[in-house]
Amino acid sequence: MIEARLVLPRRGFTLDVSLALPARGVTALFGPSGCGKTTVLRALAGLERAAGRVALAGEVWQDDAAGRFVPTHRRALGYVIQEAALFPHLDVRRNLAYGLKRIAPAARRIALDQVIALLGLGPLLERRPDTLSGGERQRVAIARALATSPALLLMDEPLAALDARRKAELLPYLDRLHEALGLPVVYVSHAIDEVAHLADHLVLMDAGRVLADGPVGDMLARLDLPVAFGDDAGVVLDAVVGERDPRWQLVRLDVDGGAAQLWARDQGQATGRRVRLRVLARDVSLARQPLEGSSIGNQLHGHVEAMADDEHPALTLVRVRVGRVPVVARLTRRSAHALGLAVGQPVWAQVKTVALME
Amino acid sequence: MPTAAEWSAVRLTAELAGLTTLLLLLVGTPLAWWLARTRSPAKPLWAALVAMPLVLPPTVIGFYLLLLMGPHGPVGQFTQWLGLGRLPFTFSGLVVASVIYSLPFVVQPLQQAFEAVPERALEAAATLRASPWDRFFSVALPLARPGFVTASVLGFAHTVGEFGVVLMIGGNIPDRTRVLSVALYDHVEATEFDQAHRLAAGMVVFAGVVLVSLYVANRPRREPERRP
Repeated sequence: MIEARLVLPRRGFTLDVSLALPARGVTALFGPSGCGKTTVLRALAGLERAAGRVALAGEVWQDDAAGRFVPTHRRALGYVIQEAALFPHLDVRRNLAYGLKRIAPAARRIALDQVIALLGLGPLLERRPDTLSGGERQRVAIARALATSPALLLMDEPLAALDARRKAELLPYLDRLHEALGLPVVYVSHAIDEVAHLADHLVLMDAGRVLADGPVGDMLARLDLPVAFGDDAGVVLDAVVGERDPRWQLVRLDVDGGAAQLWARDQGQATGRRVRLRVLARDVSLARQPLEGSSIGNQLHGHVEAMADDEHPALTLVRVRVGRVPVVARLTRRSAHALGLAVGQPVWAQVKTVALME
Repeated sequence: MPTAAEWSAVRLTAELAGLTTLLLLLVGTPLAWWLARTRSPAKPLWAALVAMPLVLPPTVIGFYLLLLMGPHGPVGQFTQWLGLGRLPFTFSGLVVASVIYSLPFVVQPLQQAFEAVPERALEAAATLRASPWDRFFSVALPLARPGFVTASVLGFAHTVGEFGVVLMIGGNIPDRTRVLSVALYDHVEATEFDQAHRLAAGMVVFAGVVLVSLYVANRPRREPERRP
């Protein structure tokens, strides 16, 4: 458990958060720019002095009541920021060794070779930071942080400075990292697609406060939070690759033990593998009967669980429950009215696109 | 060929400049680091104090130093109390005066170099378990290296070139306080223009060599851009 109680006056608002985050998996701090998420991360690291208390798995890093403040360099954490901040006077190997040689040999749980392999840094070891691409620099920065065998990894928009291609190149590394090392990660982001991709737990922030927090699947299925708005809103589902159809290059993805089944493009994942799906609200339409003669192959039978206004007055958000699986659809209010949608009513949800995210 | 007296002046000048530069780096580094990082409201005051020798006529500095170090000045009384005697017209007095006079030439380049060390590099070092001292030596110093080269060269060269303060504090005692610039002045006073030429031309060559090596040492390192 990562506990943090932080109060810090900032320009325009006061940061005032109380967090109890899981000690496993990736927690995303998500919110608009300037909502205080970076400040929370810096305060966890001890780089910013907020009033309050910070504890990680029973180890107290800060407790103002007891007059305790552990300086950053004595906290077993890794910290990665947007701009890699590599040491320009050291080559990649020495950058990686910088933190490693400053921890006691007994505390080295993560082997440098493993980190180098995990992040594909082998060919870069002799290079100097100014000869690396943005994505490479970021990988070195992550490896450098991991080499200290941290008990907690803090990442502040590590992908924000990268273009879409570099981002896509780095995401798989981040995936592997949290699988391979089982290290709790607190990840600051304002990009919902990164959150949907990586996060297990989501903390939603605005103007220095926590609006809501919970497992990412639950949070993204809620209609009462601003994450439900915007073009990229949609649910995240955990699924298992059930069956492949080689003729059409499709795979069947079973959500919740097959209670909901969705077909998606085959991207080579082995049968039985756990994957994460993202279904955007804008890609879901609703009908009262199963559609025939439609190009949409994914139809799920469920019932309307909740309805809420979208940001734009023409639109409405509808959450459909398929067994235990939530799917959110964005419709025009006119369509919802024409369908006579009401809570509890059975409907068919047509899912146009399923994004498979490993 | 230079006379023995001239060689003595050259040696004395080199000793004075070398010792002054060494002391200035020792004193100037923490001072520059503090000036570069502090958010204290007293910063402009200290910065102004450090810069004072840049704008004051050397004779003004020399005059006040003479008063301070003299038998009735606080510094003079202190050195006498310590049993060190009086500083004016001694080599030690020259060193103390030179340190004060050349202070901005060392502190300012160091301060600029330290200000250019990115805060996030120091923070990254902190998150990689480096203590504040460790961060200073392993990150700030290497990144500020060009500043140290500039500071050393300017401190040394400026001390070699000083005249007003030297004359006020050191006087013109052969083998003890008669440095090059004073020796040159002597030659001119005595209308020994050949000798004066020898010293002056030597100084010109010295200044040229120093500046060229400074620019060579601080040339931005160009490495081939390699991007995959």
